[in-house]
Amino acid sequence: MLLRHTPKEVKDRKALTINPAKTCQPIGAMYAALGIHGCLPHSHGSQGCCSYHRSTLTRHYKEPVMAGTSSFTEGASVFGGQSNLLQSFNNLFSIYDPDIVAVHTTCLSETIGDDVSQITQKAIDEGKIPAGKHVIYASTPSYVGSHVTGFSNMCASIAKYFPEKQDYELDQVNILPGWVEPSDMREIKRLMSEMHVPFVMFPDTSGVLDAPQTGFHQFYPKGGASVPDLKRSGASSFTFALGKFSSEAAGEELRKKCDVPYEVMEVPIGINATDRFLMKVSEVSGCPVPESINDERGRVVDIITDMQQYLHGKKVALFGDPDILIPLTEFLLAMDMKPVHIVSGTPGKYFMERMKEIMGDDFETGNVKNGPRADMFLLHQWIKNEPVDLIIGNTYGKYIARDENIPFVRMGFPILDRIGHSYFPVTGYAGAMRILDKMLGAIMDQMDREAPEEKFELVM
Amino acid sequence: MEAAILKDRENQIFIKEQSQGEIACEKSSLAGSVSQRACVFCGSRVVLYPVADALHIVHGPIGCASFTWDIRGSLSSGPELHRLSFSTDLREMDVIQGGEKKLERAITELGELHKPSAVFVYATCIAGIIGDDIAAVCKRTAEKLGVPVLPVHSEGFKGTKKDGYKAACDALAKIVGTGDISGIPKVSINILGEFNLAGEAWMIEDYYRRMGVEVVSVMTGDGRIGKISKAHGVSLNVVQCSGSLTYLAEHMEEKYGIPYIRVSYFGIEDQSRALYDVADFFSFNPELRTKAEEIVREEISVIMPRIQYYREKLAGKKAAVYVGGAFKAFSLIKALRLIDMSVVIAGSQTGNKNDYKQLEELCDPGTVILDDSNPLELSRFVLEKKADLFIGGVKERPIAYKLGIGFCDHNHERKIALAGYEGMINFYKEVYSSVMSPVWKFAPRNNRRKSHE
Ligand code: SF4
Ligand code: SF4
Repeated sequence: MLLRHTPKEVKDRKALTINPAKTCQPIGAMYAALGIHGCLPHSHGSQGCCSYHRSTLTRHYKEPVMAGTSSFTEGASVFGGQSNLLQSFNNLFSIYDPDIVAVHTTCLSETIGDDVSQITQKAIDEGKIPAGKHVIYASTPSYVGSHVTGFSNMCASIAKYFPEKQDYELDQVNILPGWVEPSDMREIKRLMSEMHVPFVMFPDTSGVLDAPQTGFHQFYPKGGASVPDLKRSGASSFTFALGKFSSEAAGEELRKKCDVPYEVMEVPIGINATDRFLMKVSEVSGCPVPESINDERGRVVDIITDMQQYLHGKKVALFGDPDILIPLTEFLLAMDMKPVHIVSGTPGKYFMERMKEIMGDDFETGNVKNGPRADMFLLHQWIKNEPVDLIIGNTYGKYIARDENIPFVRMGFPILDRIGHSYFPVTGYAGAMRILDKMLGAIMDQMDREAPEEKFELVM
Repeated sequence: MEAAILKDRENQIFIKEQSQGEIACEKSSLAGSVSQRACVFCGSRVVLYPVADALHIVHGPIGCASFTWDIRGSLSSGPELHRLSFSTDLREMDVIQGGEKKLERAITELGELHKPSAVFVYATCIAGIIGDDIAAVCKRTAEKLGVPVLPVHSEGFKGTKKDGYKAACDALAKIVGTGDISGIPKVSINILGEFNLAGEAWMIEDYYRRMGVEVVSVMTGDGRIGKISKAHGVSLNVVQCSGSLTYLAEHMEEKYGIPYIRVSYFGIEDQSRALYDVADFFSFNPELRTKAEEIVREEISVIMPRIQYYREKLAGKKAAVYVGGAFKAFSLIKALRLIDMSVVIAGSQTGNKNDYKQLEELCDPGTVILDDSNPLELSRFVLEKKADLFIGGVKERPIAYKLGIGFCDHNHERKIALAGYEGMINFYKEVYSSVMSPVWKFAPRNNRRKSHE
């Protein structure tokens, strides 16, 4: 009973977060930067943050994660980190030879007020950035937003820097996939190819954070959006910004800089959101949704039909990032399940508004909270007061699942104790099938495990 | 890409009997290098983390707390408050207006909720920069709650992990000396610098108990505030040579006149030494030495035949060792030698001159000795020296695997005990299973090598 310290009675807390359902901006920026080919993320601050962010990404992906650090000392935190950053550029380019350095700030460099854009300009003026190399940067103070905000900020920086405005339009669309796994990016790319729609996707961590074993340690694995592609994205006909929290800012930057129109759509998780996404892609590109994809959809519906008696009315608690929770909730409702407790540490009014729309009457009877003190402690208290049949969220949910003996499906970031998330998608119809497989597996395993002898049956 | 070496780092790489002069170390990492090092806060957090009946409140933005939430696997036989994550989750307004009020409230709310035996309040970079008077808040809330509320001055930028150890020791020093020590026998010790990963402290405590030595406190493995408060009642401090608790041992020597010895619990030789040294300290009671010898004989006779098995399989294999503290490297080299494995790369994140001198003496000629290294150097030397095994921490694991060689975690990610006699077998077993795994046959680099032969 690890969480025996959690009391059932929910009291209003003012000043503290217990077992957070979020983390800080720079790790999101680091993840986004890794989705550009040949890009080395660089953390402007002290070593600790960078080390934590690399460790956590390493644990989640089981892949080497490289990033530089400005290695602040006390001196730097008093006099500013300019000389550290300038020296960093020197060293990064001469030793690690990246095509791009993606700098993000930390709480510390933000608070002392380092102006990274000015320092970068100085580096360019002083010839510290070798010809043909790029430096982009994002401001990512951790005391604002969450890791999702950091991801969004870095995506916006990429969109601000690389795309080039053209007076012609290319027969292609941009896809900003939002904070999803390499497997999801791969899946979305597959759907686009299946539809014969030319596209540019960024960031794209497939091939980077699910790299094959080669016997060598590649500093820059072969995946990731390429610089030429990024440049070309300025001439695309349309941008799909998937996930309001993670992609809207980048979509808007692209529009401002290159006049590419965009639409914010939900990450295609579950049937409805995938339908909407594919229809819109079809509408924009003029390419119909092919039979092969319709068949995939049909298979999802078939599974739900077959298994609906096990899904009906099941109460679910979920937690994680808003862009994932929104379509996931919609999917659960579509399967006649009941999402009753939902928390997201990431702040933002839109989350509650959209949840209200999706959930209708269920919103009033359920517990939904995001932002300050929407944490795992609160989620656990809610579950104690109204037990659920299933929990969906990142690895940290395992404590509650174990203590309360509730089936648990891992989805979200971080997943530190299982594999699969980087290889099998949760997006698209294929992803919907995987979610179904995992949920049904978890629920039915528990039924099997706990069924009294006389009710234990071969066929369920 | 060709792995070059940073010019400024050249003298932090030393090849025994090839390099001139001595290795440079104790430098802060070069800005722009992909360092494997962490921060002061990290050092404090890992040392204090296992104290299970205390609240650990991280005063700062959410990241520092969320990244250190239950990552250490220090087992507790009772309460598990230490495994939860408490944060003041500072927001923009707090950074502007100061976070003292928020902190005070957090301590009070949590204190009332959990009734802890003590509260540790960690200052992170931001808390330091915005100038919150954490000590004052701790003082006020301690009075209110009636338990010690201790500031841990662990602002990340103020140095390295080592400075964090010191901050943690300062906090512990305030608890030591507050408990009742009547009834503590003369033959008693504290074990310092042992964190009970995978239950290691329990194994070691058990050896000492079998010798007839009372262990008053372990710091901080399976730690309790009550036991720590009595720590000044012992005759001897036994410091696991991780270096992390040496400050406290020094402090206790000065303040309470308690001497300390350094030991290591890793490797047969060192583990046995750790028992003998304690026995010899209490030389007025020769019985202890006899008992210690008995234990050593007994334990070794059990594991030796098994070690023989691993030696036969692993002899001649080469290892790369890159760990946090240099002491760990010493023990590892000896342990690998026992099964006729050689160490071709040896490095640490935080070694000092003395450490590296010792390391050099211990190593074979041609061994690459590294200070504060980075993935590029590490992978370059692994290939150059044809290592079969890498021993390191979480960030090194996937690098080793990508290179197609075995890996053993000697940091805090491990789930099996490596200390003591039983730990040795666990260690060899892990090395064996990793180095000999059939998966390496599939690694393209190895395949290629084969077809060239
Ligand atoms: S360096 Fe500072 S901000 Fe970063 S993890 Fe350490 S204490 Fe936290
Ligand atoms: S919250 Fe700030 S200081 Fe802490 S790890 Fe994140 S960036 Fe670093």
